Amino acid sequence: MKKLTTLQYLKLNRFQKFGYNFVDFLASIPGWFVKLGVAIWNLIKKFGLWIKEDVVDTCRTFKRGDWVIKLSFLVMGLGNLVNGQILRGILFLLFELVFFTYMFVPTGGIYWIKKCQFFTRDTIGTQPPVEVYDPIKDVYVTTYFDDSTKVLLYGLISIVFILAFIYTWHLQIKQCSTILKIKEGGGKLKGTKDDLKSMLDEQFHKTLLALPIVGITMFTVLPIIFMVLIAFTSFDATADGYKNLYSWVGWDNFNKIFDTGVGGLGLVFGELLSWTLIWSFFATFTNYFLGMAVAMLINKKGIKIKKFWRTVLVMTIAIPQFVSLLYVARLFDAPALNIDGSVGEGGGIIGRLLLQLKLIPQSMIADKQFSLWQNATSARILVIIINIWIGIPYVMLMATGILMNIPADLYESAKIDGANPWQQFTRITLPYMLFVTGPYLLTNFVGNLNNFNVIYLLTGGAPSKTQVGAVPGAVGETDLLITWLFKITTGSTSDYKTASVVGILIFVVVAVLSLIVYNVIPSNRNEEDFR
Amino acid sequence: MSKVKNIETDNLGRPVEATTKKTGMGIKASRRISNIIVYAILVLITVIWLFPFVGIVFDSFRMESTSQVSYLIPKQWGFGNYINLFTKTDFLKWFLNTALMGVATSVIQTVFVLSMSYVLSRMRFKGRKGLMNIMLILGMFPGFLTLILIYKVFSDLHLTEGMAPLGLIIVYCASSGMGYYVSKGFFDTIPKSLDEAARVDGATRFQVFYKVIMPLSKPIVIYTMLMGFMAPWGDFMMASYIIHENNEGMNVAVGMYEWLSRTMLNTTYTRFCAAGVTVSIPVVAVFLALQKYYVQGVTGGAVKG
Repeated sequence: MKKLTTLQYLKLNRFQKFGYNFVDFLASIPGWFVKLGVAIWNLIKKFGLWIKEDVVDTCRTFKRGDWVIKLSFLVMGLGNLVNGQILRGILFLLFELVFFTYMFVPTGGIYWIKKCQFFTRDTIGTQPPVEVYDPIKDVYVTTYFDDSTKVLLYGLISIVFILAFIYTWHLQIKQCSTILKIKEGGGKLKGTKDDLKSMLDEQFHKTLLALPIVGITMFTVLPIIFMVLIAFTSFDATADGYKNLYSWVGWDNFNKIFDTGVGGLGLVFGELLSWTLIWSFFATFTNYFLGMAVAMLINKKGIKIKKFWRTVLVMTIAIPQFVSLLYVARLFDAPALNIDGSVGEGGGIIGRLLLQLKLIPQSMIADKQFSLWQNATSARILVIIINIWIGIPYVMLMATGILMNIPADLYESAKIDGANPWQQFTRITLPYMLFVTGPYLLTNFVGNLNNFNVIYLLTGGAPSKTQVGAVPGAVGETDLLITWLFKITTGSTSDYKTASVVGILIFVVVAVLSLIVYNVIPSNRNEEDFR
Repeated sequence: MSKVKNIETDNLGRPVEATTKKTGMGIKASRRISNIIVYAILVLITVIWLFPFVGIVFDSFRMESTSQVSYLIPKQWGFGNYINLFTKTDFLKWFLNTALMGVATSVIQTVFVLSMSYVLSRMRFKGRKGLMNIMLILGMFPGFLTLILIYKVFSDLHLTEGMAPLGLIIVYCASSGMGYYVSKGFFDTIPKSLDEAARVDGATRFQVFYKVIMPLSKPIVIYTMLMGFMAPWGDFMMASYIIHENNEGMNVAVGMYEWLSRTMLNTTYTRFCAAGVTVSIPVVAVFLALQKYYVQGVTGGAVKG
């Protein structure tokens, strides 16, 4: 592709610019892989250098250190203790004691890691439950031994513990090296008092970060690693790890979800993914443009009680979604029909009205679908419309603030040049909004991909899909990947392995989208268009 | 909202002083017509937006039937649905569970989020960029899946089902540090020279945080607390997984969900409406009282990404 100069680029119209950027983006993809390769190579090189320096430093510390330092290679914290850093020394020593005790007691770390049987296709855990006949009571008694989930979790924790130990040991050696340097070069070692003081000063960030990071590690990082491992096992309602141990299955689950043949989940997954993307697209952009329009209407000169209009809209944010969404969903329900075909009792007000006014399409009536929820297409359109009701207020609030910030002289000069209001909107307001809210649009799009509440509370995924074969969870036409995930993991037929695979694939979709959006849309060039 | 409400603007959102003032009947008349159209649209929007809420309030006072009816205004008014709600169901328990979760999450989550965002915004240290990237990537996984393991562990620790509120507080708060974006955006706007001046005067970093920045951060503290308070009221997904259909530990969303299922609709429809109104009152009251801070957060967060 021909590279344009800045001047040539500025002469293009909006669509040509977009096209240019897009082609530019496509053309740059091979470049990324090269860059990625170079980056990885650089990383490896850097890591290698770092290791080399580190080993050299460690060896030097060992050589030049006195017997205390030498001994601290085995007894962690000794160097600190002898040199007056009591607190650090005690913590290191304690950590080492706990680590070795945990690892080498009979049912400790090593035991669990072995039980996990990593890199095999065997079961996780080695002792399945045993059924023994009890002749006195004349019953079979089952004794449970290993629980695969627990074995895998303890195994995982043990591995994390080992990594933490290596890190701490290394940290401790580094401190010994520092002690050595200070002793040789002169200067004062930090005592326990200094350490405690610095926790509120130089090291204050560590104090503040400790709690959040421990929380994230325990409740996000560890469970996500666990989940990724589950994707390679046979964990589901039958092989629940307790009554039946589950085992490693390699890439089988991934193969199944991409298998479009009989018994595979490929078709269902494809349908769900495409509807999820369609939904996300419409949910994001209808809200975005309509919300902006409403913000502009309320901001219009001469409109009174602006605060009132805004507060009315904000009610959908304030009222818990499960109340408003569940209620609204029932409003669209169809009433029962009498034998003669007239509209009978029950149903929601709007559902009745639509039926009485004959606004329900004939084709749906012929299929005995009397409410908009019973037909795939109309249900899909309806969730998007109701989502507008929920979503506009957020955009309205945001747009109100941003619209005020557009420099007035832009409009001034546009007017002098003879631009009409529509041109002012498309040439000034919209580009400005798009530029400023680019990241918001992406976050919003991703949020909608995972918008559990709106779909699950409105339809629960209904109407159900026909002809899908054996699929875990009851799949419906309006189900998103995230609601399917919820259905898979709850209920009697929990299929955790498939859920994990779907979770990983959602991650891939989100990551790819983010990468594309950040590379195509808010480029610095666009900023210059209106500044 | 109060920041913008008093400034007159035209339809493009620019301040009026900036527009060129032209006089003449034609422009005035056309402006009046366009204003009438705008008013008509706004009234229509108001009707659409409020219709369900008016409907739910009317339904909650309806005495003549417990199921859906085809008219809006009740024939018989009364508090029967509310009385039944508190005497014949577990609603009060669910309500208190949720309120407890709301208050606890609000306080704990604020500590987590503010520490994280303060550090990432105002301190520079080794691994800061890496930490932010890791959190960005972690955020791309559907958080719901972490519950498979968390449920397993919590049920061994007796933090699920009947004790679900306690377990849920931990789930809501523990990883909340990952939602630092909005408040980091806020801290970014406070000039760095403030910190430097205080440091020159001999303040420790803790004193800078506590005595200089925190007093300036009331809006973001309130915003974060508001978000923490609102989250448990609306959460269905995580709550239903941890609660596992145990009546003792339910929050309002999970408890009330059954009442609008198509099988129970005819007997519990008006009860749901009464419960919905009861739940909405405290949440809406808190929200409207603190609306100003919410708007600041939304606007700031969107612009900074």
